[in-house]
Amino acid sequence: MITRRKLLKTAAASGLVAAAGPLPMPAIAQGRAVKIGYVSPQTGPLAAFAEADAFTIDMFREVTGKLGLDIEVIVKDSQSNPNRAADVARELIVDDSINLMVVASTPETTNPVTTTCEAEQVPCISTMAPWQPWFIGQQANPGAPDSWKPFAYAYHFFWGLEDVIAVFTNMWAQVETNKKVGGLFPNDGDGNAWGDPNVGFPPVLTKQGYTLTDPGRYQNLTDDFSAQINAFRQANVEIITGVMIPPDFTTFWNQAKQQGFTQKVASMGKAILFPQAVEALGNSGNNLSSEVWWSPSHPFKSSMTGMSSADLAAGFTVATKRPWTQPIGFIHALFEVALDVVKRSNDPTDGAAVAAAIAATKMDTIVGPVAWDGANLPPFAQKNVSKTPLVGGQWRLKDGGGYDLVITDNKTAPNIPTGGKMEPIA
Amino acid sequence: MNWLDTILQGVLLGGLYALFAAGLSLVFGIMRLVNLAHGDLIVVAAFLILVLVTGLGLNPFLAALVALPVMFAAGWALQYFILNRTLGDDILPPLLVTFGLSIVIQNALLEGFSADSRRVPAGSLETMSLPLGPVTVGVMPLLTFLSAIAVIVVLNQIFYRTALGRAFRATSDDMVTAGLMGVEPKRIFATATGIAMVVVTIAALYLGTRANFDPTIGPARLIYAFEAVIIGGLGSLWGTLLGGIIIGVAQTVGAAVNPEWQILAGHLAFLIVLLVRPRGLFPRAID
Repeated sequence: MITRRKLLKTAAASGLVAAAGPLPMPAIAQGRAVKIGYVSPQTGPLAAFAEADAFTIDMFREVTGKLGLDIEVIVKDSQSNPNRAADVARELIVDDSINLMVVASTPETTNPVTTTCEAEQVPCISTMAPWQPWFIGQQANPGAPDSWKPFAYAYHFFWGLEDVIAVFTNMWAQVETNKKVGGLFPNDGDGNAWGDPNVGFPPVLTKQGYTLTDPGRYQNLTDDFSAQINAFRQANVEIITGVMIPPDFTTFWNQAKQQGFTQKVASMGKAILFPQAVEALGNSGNNLSSEVWWSPSHPFKSSMTGMSSADLAAGFTVATKRPWTQPIGFIHALFEVALDVVKRSNDPTDGAAVAAAIAATKMDTIVGPVAWDGANLPPFAQKNVSKTPLVGGQWRLKDGGGYDLVITDNKTAPNIPTGGKMEPIA
Repeated sequence: MNWLDTILQGVLLGGLYALFAAGLSLVFGIMRLVNLAHGDLIVVAAFLILVLVTGLGLNPFLAALVALPVMFAAGWALQYFILNRTLGDDILPPLLVTFGLSIVIQNALLEGFSADSRRVPAGSLETMSLPLGPVTVGVMPLLTFLSAIAVIVVLNQIFYRTALGRAFRATSDDMVTAGLMGVEPKRIFATATGIAMVVVTIAALYLGTRANFDPTIGPARLIYAFEAVIIGGLGSLWGTLLGGIIIGVAQTVGAAVNPEWQILAGHLAFLIVLLVRPRGLFPRAID
């Protein structure tokens, strides 16, 4: 008699046989599409980070097509919203059954997606968020270092807070100042980390002989900075630093100029990352300095296409008629690593095997070497984080208008050439 | 701490908030319509000015002058063809429609202008300042404040000295009776929104030259406008200016104590006014 159970069992067994059938023939096994899910903020306030998405993915598809690899990339938009990022990550895992997740652009995107992947045991490669907010921000209790656990499926490559601190102080050392620093740290994830009295700027600055005036955490989208300007003036500050969003930096900068308050050095994270944001300052953005993660003059090559950094940036400008931005290199590198991992893993559809392949990565990308070997990292982050080089640069006004980013300090990564020396703001 | 400077900067900031709020106050006072897309409309006007400045090489003030009639027409059409359909006894439809409009505007701008943080270039005016005794005042913030006062004077003149203003007030008081007297409420509403868009354009000029804007920045600018309107009392334009100044001064004084207090101090001032005078400082009529 055929019972429901018997039927199911037989069906399952015959299904197994059918599935096992083609196994000895690797050509057919390879024919199975590998699915990569990609979450990025294509719309919303973070959209500038995702500008190079379509350009990079088109290039990736062309390369995998030429190699005869059947890799499908499914792209989802996080709308710059962490909740939405977690939702689309779950959709990719449950509905699309992806084999590998790649994610980029600020902790608001990388953290919810990585956490979802870790919970669902899907391998995940992430980039473009300093590693501290990525690693510590995902821990159950970020305040208790003893409780921090490494991840089994999530891997991240980028630089960390210690790098940006080193880059900024190296740049300041090139200019003659009174070593009095004014800090503008907002009350958000980045601002609190940068201004943290234990792991942020304050302890390092004190050690190197700088005096920091930190008036306190302000809210993003503040319309008035007269309190900060007054405090800096009273302390006779000559160096300004912080991690402001672009509108706030413009408000501060104009107000400071209106009040006749000038500095010798202004090193700002985040606000002047994109050339468009510097151009928004008109002519008063000359010699502002910031961290540089990637530039067309970085001496690295793509493992995917063999292009140099300069070629990639030029290619982007030709394809989109837009100036190059730093995220282009990192999005490209993210897909370089993904391709390398898929090529190396014995069975791209086995989550654990793919995670092992990510951990074993040792390659040169367009943003520098990527390997999860734990170099220059504290023990707790050694398994999941790989650091990429960071240098410092200054925006220089061009004769015909517009700005050039010139690398002015490379003590942290001497293989990246400098294009000039630090100049004080006139 | 320089108290004089702190308070002066707060007053000037209040002028900016009052400009954001004046259009909102006008629309709410006349037709009880809460326009949740107000902040996004300011951003639309800012992009329009930006296009005129960068495309035609106009001076930003001249560009705003060109943008004024365009925005008036857009406001008129918006009210006549869309928002008028939502007005009725139920207050929910206008809220939902303007909320939807806000999302549509943000995404349309994102599609058209990308997510770049932009700014209207105003040349050397951006950083110019005037020494006034012990303090220095930026020229742009001063212009913003003076424009806010001018806008409110002109709006008050329209309201209390012209036939149009009489029709505004009549429609606001009693739509049915005003209709019986030959006033056509739908056209009056459309004209009111058109005028509100003119104010929005002036606000956009100062928002665009003061700091960067991007397609999604509108809603963040809306909250202070709402607070200024409510502190001032619904329907009172001078009240709106005072409301803006109260929030501005509360913010700068709060920040002088500790920058963490800056935004909070503005909101606290708003709550205190609500506690003491639940209907605002100068409510125009009893609803």
